[in-house]
Amino acid sequence: MPSTLFDKIWDAHVVRSIEGLDVVYIDRHLIHEVTSPQAFDEIAARNLPLFRPSQILATADHNVPTLHQDQPIQEPLSRLQVEKLTENCEKYGIELYGLGHPRQGIVHIIGPELGLTQPGLTMVCGDSHTSTHGAFGAVAFGIGTSQVAQVMASQCLLLSRPKRMRISVEGELRPGVTAKDLILYVISQLGTGGATGHFVEYAGSAVRSLSMEGRMTICNMSIEMGARGGLIAPDATTFAYVEGRPFAPKSAAWNDAVAYWQTLYSDADATFETEYTYQAADITPMITYGTNPGMGIPLTGHVPSEVPASEAESFDKSLKYMGFERGESLLGKQIDYVFIGSCTNARIEDLRAVAAYVQGKQKADHVAAFIVPGSKQVEQQAIAEGIDKIFAAAGFELREPGCSACLAMNEDKIPAGKYCVATSNRNFEGRQGPGSRTLLASPLVAAITAVQGRIVDITQYLN
Amino acid sequence: MEKFQTLHTTGRPLPLENIDTDQIIPARFLKATTREGFGENLFCDWRYNADGSPKADFVLNDARYTGSILVAGKNFGCGSSREHAAWALYDAGFRTVISSYFADIFRGNALNTGLLPLQVSDEVLARLLAAIEENPQLELVVDLPSQTLAVPAWGETFSFAIDGYKKECLINGYDDIDFLVNQKSAIEAFEKQRAWTW
Repeated sequence: MPSTLFDKIWDAHVVRSIEGLDVVYIDRHLIHEVTSPQAFDEIAARNLPLFRPSQILATADHNVPTLHQDQPIQEPLSRLQVEKLTENCEKYGIELYGLGHPRQGIVHIIGPELGLTQPGLTMVCGDSHTSTHGAFGAVAFGIGTSQVAQVMASQCLLLSRPKRMRISVEGELRPGVTAKDLILYVISQLGTGGATGHFVEYAGSAVRSLSMEGRMTICNMSIEMGARGGLIAPDATTFAYVEGRPFAPKSAAWNDAVAYWQTLYSDADATFETEYTYQAADITPMITYGTNPGMGIPLTGHVPSEVPASEAESFDKSLKYMGFERGESLLGKQIDYVFIGSCTNARIEDLRAVAAYVQGKQKADHVAAFIVPGSKQVEQQAIAEGIDKIFAAAGFELREPGCSACLAMNEDKIPAGKYCVATSNRNFEGRQGPGSRTLLASPLVAAITAVQGRIVDITQYLN
Repeated sequence: MEKFQTLHTTGRPLPLENIDTDQIIPARFLKATTREGFGENLFCDWRYNADGSPKADFVLNDARYTGSILVAGKNFGCGSSREHAAWALYDAGFRTVISSYFADIFRGNALNTGLLPLQVSDEVLARLLAAIEENPQLELVVDLPSQTLAVPAWGETFSFAIDGYKKECLINGYDDIDFLVNQKSAIEAFEKQRAWTW
């Protein structure tokens, strides 16, 4: 029977089924300081052992400072959470890449760069952007803290099988159009709840031509249209990325792994409950104007003038928050902050794209521009390549790794009323700090905006 | 988890769509290491001014509305997977959220918290929101065993869907951990036969 890529992986992980639910085996469990403490408490309260601690990896990323990481965390509650994580990992024998460790970083950046993320695996984390790992052809999704405890106790979850959706993007992306623009475009078409209940497979020649970094950006934002997760069939690009990384299979096991991974694709006549096809040529550099990631437009476009009556109250509340009007263009709007970071766009390829543009240029005087690398390894790579000096010369501040101003749990907040062009994944009200106004865009758009100091048609400014 | 059987109460209307979990509980409040106490910061930035005073026009500050059902616009709970959003609603006294659809992760988190996500049609949701705003005392009756929402004033009863297993869990106050831990031998057998070992 023909099967989708998603179903092949899911079926291979079903321990047993009961009343329409599947007991699904989880290969890798990533944890961090913010959504794990109550799960550890649950385990301790029930006096349970951890079932497979060697399949859990921990890091500290969500609330950590991005300056002076070699010193104790100043903020008492953040310090307490990180200390709890350290204590729990010691108690239960979990590998922890904490602050100062050369492998520390945002949980969805370090999984792939360490080779932990591999095709055909099931992966979970108490974080909705776990879908990032789907770029490798893994079934990866975010879970709540009760489920974190369930995986700790049994290495399994009790789940209903989602519906399948395929989103194909065909053709070649235009100059200046990146993976971020592609996914912002798709989300603007489907809306913030358009894929609810579905697991999405991304396909088509435009997706296949992307690097692993670009594929991760796309899968990362699956949740922003409500999807349970997103994934892309593994291919030679995937295998080349994984090979030789610390946790990648070695020698004979590598050959066995690749032979298995090559069976992971949707069969030609597999059925999807929902299918969409888009043309790459229709996609131009994107930006968001509202307070959910579905509220995106081309940089040269206009805020919609008309919306369905049932959505009008939410829509106008959103525009009022952002200080924008129905029907207006964003071109020329002055920007106060540029944030380049997050699990969406803080990999070395993103930093290289920014550096390639800003080399020899200066940020606008009124803009505060900061770059938060996704991991210690990304930071070290940037320094090794001399990218740090390019940023410094252009007036961009390079920080230390963490989630930072994507969710503003640490000190990195955008002040109320200020506009920030951000390479992260959410523009919700207050996401970057109470009253902050976020415009989501690609690293290239962010870099050009920082230099120009206002929103411009970037196709007129490409190097 | 507390048992959930029936609920006789009134609703509090929040007629906005796509309410994300960052609004339900902003990230800066996620630094707690226990499940309790999130209720006071529920909808913090919509509920309080910057100086901490309540915003008079927000539903939770409106003395006319007192019930333990939140009635909210479609796609409730989108965004972050933080279970703290469900904990905050529960801690603030809510036991049911009615919407015309829920984000997947929030739905699961709510069920694991003892908070019932009750899905109705867009049409019923619009009628409920209008009727509650007109009469804040409008009585609502949720009956989980029969999977119904009754509005006695209308003489109408609406069915809602819920997974059979999760329904039993909610009615009895069970969670998934005990069930999964009891699968140990099946899980160990699965581990021995799986194809990949790298």
